[in-house]
Amino acid sequence: MNKRIIDNKKDTNLKSFFFQWEWLLVLIFIVINIINANLSPYYLNFNTIIDATMTFLDKAFIVLPMAFILVLGDIDISVGSTVALSSVIMAVLYNMGLPMPIAMLVCLAVGALCGFLNGFILVKFKELSAVIVTLSTMIIYRGIAYIILENQASGNFPKWYTYLGWGYVGKIPFILIVFIIFAIIFGLLLHKTTFGRKVFAMGNNITASKFSGVKIDKMKIIIFTLTGLMSAVTAIFLASRMGSTRPNVATGYELDVIAMAVLGGISSAGGKGRMIGAVISIFLIGFLRYGLGLINIPAQILLIIIGLLLIFAVMIPNLKKTFGRGLRTNVSK
Amino acid sequence: MKRILNLFLVLTLIFALTGCGGKDNSSEGNKDGKGKYAIIVKNAGNPYNEKEMEGFEKAIKEIGGDAILKAPDQPTAEAQIQMIEELIAQKVDCIAIAGNDPDALQPALQKAMNAGIKVLSLDSAVNSDSRMIHVNQADPERIGRVQIEAISEMTGGKGQIAVLSATSQATNQNTWIEWMKKELEKSEYKDIELVKVAYGDDLRDKSVSEMEALLKSYPQLNGIISPTTVGIAAAGKVITDKGLTDRIQLTGLGLPSEMAEYIESGVCKWMYLWNPIDVGYLAGYTAEALVTGKITGAEGDSFEAGTLGDKSVITVGEGTEVMLGDPYKFDADNIAEWKEIY
Repeated sequence: MNKRIIDNKKDTNLKSFFFQWEWLLVLIFIVINIINANLSPYYLNFNTIIDATMTFLDKAFIVLPMAFILVLGDIDISVGSTVALSSVIMAVLYNMGLPMPIAMLVCLAVGALCGFLNGFILVKFKELSAVIVTLSTMIIYRGIAYIILENQASGNFPKWYTYLGWGYVGKIPFILIVFIIFAIIFGLLLHKTTFGRKVFAMGNNITASKFSGVKIDKMKIIIFTLTGLMSAVTAIFLASRMGSTRPNVATGYELDVIAMAVLGGISSAGGKGRMIGAVISIFLIGFLRYGLGLINIPAQILLIIIGLLLIFAVMIPNLKKTFGRGLRTNVSK
Repeated sequence: MKRILNLFLVLTLIFALTGCGGKDNSSEGNKDGKGKYAIIVKNAGNPYNEKEMEGFEKAIKEIGGDAILKAPDQPTAEAQIQMIEELIAQKVDCIAIAGNDPDALQPALQKAMNAGIKVLSLDSAVNSDSRMIHVNQADPERIGRVQIEAISEMTGGKGQIAVLSATSQATNQNTWIEWMKKELEKSEYKDIELVKVAYGDDLRDKSVSEMEALLKSYPQLNGIISPTTVGIAAAGKVITDKGLTDRIQLTGLGLPSEMAEYIESGVCKWMYLWNPIDVGYLAGYTAEALVTGKITGAEGDSFEAGTLGDKSVITVGEGTEVMLGDPYKFDADNIAEWKEIY
């Protein structure tokens, strides 16, 4: 797994190119779609499939910056709470008379601030792990949301706002287009810029990258702020889909988001991964859920299937290593 | 070669995984022109919801249609929105839903109605723009008032009481609580103080901890009303475990099978409920009446609801409803027979 990231030259041979994790994901993706189409006569329908993306793309926005955080070797489990807090503040401000576009800007600002706080605490108190810091802020952010709305719903958004979560451009959902644009931006940022290279350097060896002049504190704060910002983007789309918001929205999103990124081949150990993998796995999990939903599989069984797929996915690199070694010994005999 | 074998292994496993899930699906592909009726309840693993689904399925079988039963793993509107999308794609004829949120499902349910699908809510209503009709278990006013009468009788008409509800957005619970508050305004209850409405979100562990928190915050508490089957069972357990029987009175709405031990032990002297199987059953026949055009959901319509007899549509608030009847009282005398039923 290491070689494809750290040293690009070795990747040029065709065999290793096709044995990349991302290709396996594409294969699984295709297989899942074939299975879905076989199981349900309603699956293979352009409108249906495109519509299905609306049901899972809201949380997908967080997967993009989460990939950066995982590459750093950190984790952020406060994202679901950030979604709740920023959307609650947006709804309350709107209902207090603030124009919706401004309320949305405030929502983005709140998200970014939440993320900034995570990053700030992390770089100021280096002995604390990201799990602990974001676990605390996860509770704090949701707690503030509950204080503001007291377990009530708030909504009555303007009509045009519904368009964000439910509207189409031609036959393509608006949210899908926005997501693709964001995915391309984040993909380029991670793989084609100095910023992205620094992220990988930090994930592989933070001390070394510090001594080679990477401003690691600044980098961390930027990435965590970005994650908060994208959580707020999710908040905007989610509130639009729901038509209202509550302090308990987006519960469990952090797990979905991390699962999507990890299935995409982005190791939580840091330094490894590609944005394309994460993006493929967003659609993979999304369509799997949707397909199984179409044949009305009970929710609990669906969770087990996704859990199994995830365990299997994270096991594959190890399996490959084991089998790969076996292959070599055979050859040497 | 091994690698290819490896890959093959992966794929077969995934095939097996998703394939075995598909087998136990019986409602697919046996269309007989009688239509497909779907029900979405609040969440899976909730016995009350399961009884509703059972009644719905029974009605749909009598009609000769296909019943699709859906329950999300968490009691959230997000999960229900996704299920509505799945049902729209399956081109069902009718969706009956016990809403986790009155307003949040509106865009999804409107999309369903635009696609020609009949939409009704049961048990926990969605707002009147999101549905054609609501199937109500019992008169919400009577449910609310009856529970205050009960707790007043149990506590001797004085002291602090609290309500342990489901989620703060559950429409039915909120309506009952409103009626409880109205009932409390009567002068005969001047010595009863409602100190808090707590929300256990219909999750067992959360209901238990909310109940414990109530006992800690209000040491003088005399009575608990829990108008939800998960909440009342959790409250019964906490009272039993802490040895507070007789000091704290408990009533509310609960499933006889789950509450039998607490009613028999005197933790809860009596409680109320209707028959959730009947609620689901009535929803099934209401669905058929909508799909076949016997009713449109307008006031004054009436239809034959299987063994429940004739039902008519009335206006409540901004929408129309079909009512099942009065709440039923379960006490030590009749619990033994009812606990076997549901």
